[in-house]
Amino acid sequence: MAAKTSVRSESQKVRRVIVVGGGLAGLMTVIKLCEAGVPVDLFSLVPVKRSHSVCAQGGINASVNTKGEGDSPQIHLEETVYGGDFLANQPPVKGMADAAPGIVFMLDRMGVPFNRTPEGLLDFRRFGGTLFHRTAFAGATTGQQLLYALDEQVRRWETQDVEDEKGIVVKGEKMVRKMEFWDFLSVVQDENGAARGIVAQDIKSMEIEAFPGDAVCLATGGCGIIFGRSTNSVICTGTAGSAVYQQGAVYANGEFIQVHPTAIPASDKLRLISESARGEGGRVWVPKNAGETRRGRDVPEKDREYFLEDKYPGYGNLVPRDIASRELFKKAFHEKKGVFNSKSGKNENEIYLDLTHIPKETLKKKLAGILEIYEKFVGEDPYSNPMRVFPAVHYSMGGLWVDFERAQNGSLVAGSPRNQSTNIEGLYACGESDYQYHGANRLGANSLLSCIYAGMVTGPSMASFRSNMAKSAFDLPKSVFEKARKREQEKYEAILKMDGKENPYAIHEELGNMMLRDVTIERHNDVLDKVISNIDELEIRARKSGVTDTAVQSNQGATFMRHLFNMIVLARVIAQGARNRDESRGAHFKPAFPDRNDADWQRTTLALHKEGGSANHAVNYVREFDYAQNGKGVHITDAVDISLVKPRPRKYETAGAASAVAGTDDKKTTSAQA
Amino acid sequence: MATHTVRFKIKRQDGPTRADTQRWEEFDIPWHPQMNVLSALMEHRRNPVTVEGKTVPPVVWESVCLEEVCGACTMIVNGRVRQACTALVDQMPQPITLEPMTKFPLVRDLVVDRSRMFKDLQKVKAWVQLDGTHELGPGPRQSQENQETAYPLSRCMTCGCCLEACPQVNDRSDFIGPAAINQVRLFNLHPSGKMNGAERLEALMGEDGVAGCGKAQNCVEVCPKEIPLVDSIADVSRQTTKHMLFGWLLK
Ligand SMILES: Cc1cc2nc3c(=O)[nH]c(=O)nc-3n(C[C@H](O)[C@H](O)[C@H](O)COP(=O)(O)OP(=O)(O)OC[C@H]3O[C@@H](n4cnc5c(N)ncnc54)[C@H](O)[C@@H]3O)c2cc1C
Repeated sequence: MAAKTSVRSESQKVRRVIVVGGGLAGLMTVIKLCEAGVPVDLFSLVPVKRSHSVCAQGGINASVNTKGEGDSPQIHLEETVYGGDFLANQPPVKGMADAAPGIVFMLDRMGVPFNRTPEGLLDFRRFGGTLFHRTAFAGATTGQQLLYALDEQVRRWETQDVEDEKGIVVKGEKMVRKMEFWDFLSVVQDENGAARGIVAQDIKSMEIEAFPGDAVCLATGGCGIIFGRSTNSVICTGTAGSAVYQQGAVYANGEFIQVHPTAIPASDKLRLISESARGEGGRVWVPKNAGETRRGRDVPEKDREYFLEDKYPGYGNLVPRDIASRELFKKAFHEKKGVFNSKSGKNENEIYLDLTHIPKETLKKKLAGILEIYEKFVGEDPYSNPMRVFPAVHYSMGGLWVDFERAQNGSLVAGSPRNQSTNIEGLYACGESDYQYHGANRLGANSLLSCIYAGMVTGPSMASFRSNMAKSAFDLPKSVFEKARKREQEKYEAILKMDGKENPYAIHEELGNMMLRDVTIERHNDVLDKVISNIDELEIRARKSGVTDTAVQSNQGATFMRHLFNMIVLARVIAQGARNRDESRGAHFKPAFPDRNDADWQRTTLALHKEGGSANHAVNYVREFDYAQNGKGVHITDAVDISLVKPRPRKYETAGAASAVAGTDDKKTTSAQA
Repeated sequence: MATHTVRFKIKRQDGPTRADTQRWEEFDIPWHPQMNVLSALMEHRRNPVTVEGKTVPPVVWESVCLEEVCGACTMIVNGRVRQACTALVDQMPQPITLEPMTKFPLVRDLVVDRSRMFKDLQKVKAWVQLDGTHELGPGPRQSQENQETAYPLSRCMTCGCCLEACPQVNDRSDFIGPAAINQVRLFNLHPSGKMNGAERLEALMGEDGVAGCGKAQNCVEVCPKEIPLVDSIADVSRQTTKHMLFGWLLK
């Protein structure tokens, strides 16, 4: 056989890698791989241009400091780890904060229509957890605009031919091959457990196929749909992450689920009203009188309670989301001071988010995208009426565990194959599906950034893993792939044969209602115990579902059945993780344990799947583990790397507390005071 | 609990080659507040029973964001092409009819295959020819005015409404349609996108290009994002004419 090269395997096949997911994280990974000369197969459940990233509204953070406030990547790093309540490993966060200005400039070069200052520079606005203007934005549809920019660049790579090491075009092979409307089912593992490709299903023809890949990346987004209704898109079920977790990947910090304070209550989706509304000056309030019958706009100033501004004079309406959500919940749910509805005769779970004091012209330029959503779905004009909102499940800080290699300067070693690698050799993860950048609570506008940054890291990391590997996946016997394919084919056929009485969509609704009620803003151990046993019951009932649709084409019922099983498995990881963690940190809040407990819980929750328990999906929480990569062993513990910013209590009452550069003294403030 | 139900009349077909299965089915779906066509379909899925009391496979449709930014759920609702997510039930006469778009190959029920739209974006090179994603400093400065022109054009979701409504897009013509032409305008506005402007215009010089527009102006009527598509077509048409007349001089 010929020798393996950087482009061809011994058997002279083009050595492609696989990226699953074409949101911001996946697309950025693809672009970086292409730039490194690595051809990619890109799989996605939906056309990548319709990925959930399209929903992001408010913006992306980068401390470009155009307003001369003295912002810097160092302060961005500090505020991010403080906002995350010191649960994030700090070197990746540093890498991200340092790279942020460059990332926003790159997006600008790609043609993202960012809002501008009069001088033609990028404009920045404020977001939660900071006093700086750090968020670049394109109206209020920033995610859409960023996704389109990356999608366009990937489309360009789709037209480029693969070249061999001598620069000769390889006929019929393009740098990117897009496989849209494919559902990821599992990774193909060799006898050592390493990922050598994937098995996926074409959700139109329902055909199941196995694909070799010299490395695999999951950039499959969040899992909000486990909570039934959320701000997430309907495809955000976490199914892919759950599948590889069941194949042995470690899932980290699952219990950290972000609840966003301001979404529109509804029965299908809780549509977000971005934090940018508050960044542009929006104010949150309730009427002082719980029985207030006047319409929001008719309630005079003196009869309003601006409870966030009152309690947090420093950050006001822009306290981090976990704090804001708890305060809103307290007002409406515990104190029954939500907006009074004379029709129902009750105080609803609704709070006012008010923009009416801001000139319409400004709102149109900066927030039209979200105000349009409010207008279309609520049928009320937000320019002259305070909006009615309530907290909603929004983002998963937890996700697949991924590694990093720390550099001398405290950042990441560029191009290290360990960066963004899961504990399954050859399997990488990035974007909302990983756990790496946000600790116990994500700051607004840091996710678009972490997705793109993680993509920028994952591409080179996969490329170096691929050049160091001993044997290409394309030189493995066909049987390895056929076996994996057959396993999935059998599972699918078993689903088609299900003819029980239960309806999977109804079970999903039950799961969602329970998770939403019991595993979000406030968590109680006795309740969680019930949730965990209910999850087992739901799983057993789900197995008695009937899949009424046996059509050969586009069988959405069968696909959903599979996703439901995977959701239930992750729900258990989330609920059990919450049950175990007896402290309050960031988004995880237990009234019975109201304080952060660094002595016992300054650590990453690491979950491994194991068989056992009544539904045979027990969770094995570990404190350490080993994994192998290209012949080297790596030992991992649950210790958090806090080498750059020393943990200190988190207090947003004081302006500038989040960026007290010197560290321990939380009374000290910096120029961050606006 | 629901006090009343809403009647839906849905056009169905099991697959692209299964014209034999084409049929209308009717469903009474329990009403809920702020109900939209997709939330109704979700409700239906939990209990897919026709008005005749027959349990059938749930209707198949496409959706992602549920807030009209992804473009996935485009279909014909009460005779009008639009996103189903923003089709609020209380604002529509009943029964509510749902049909798949007609200008794209059918996949199943309400799902069609819009891949041609993505291929068209390749054809017109709807991208900035980037040197690379490594750090090269800030992008070109742009006026607020330029941003305010570009941003609305850039909100196209590739949803297909404009193609569906355009009389020139049909079996007998290869007209590329308004969406891709609008992208050419967008990229030819951008300071660095401009540098490859000629290539984009050339892609639109054929019969299937900008000349294919019959000026019916249906596109602007149906565009959910109110993109000034007619202006875009006029603008690109002027650009191509200019390029045709003087392009060789400028080379
Ligand atoms: C309403 C809303 C507003 C937001 N606003 C902001 C904001 O202003 N700023 C900010 O920083 N963040 C924001 N966020 C968060 C941010 O949008 C997301 O965290 C981010 O876009 C996730 O990107 P991703 O690339 O990880 O995944 P996604 O964009 O979710 O992409 C996932 C990809 O994986 C594919 N996929 C999933 N499962 C499978 C499977 N089984 N098989 C094949 N493919 C699969 C999908 O098709 C898709 O292509 C917002 C989130 C929401 C919900």
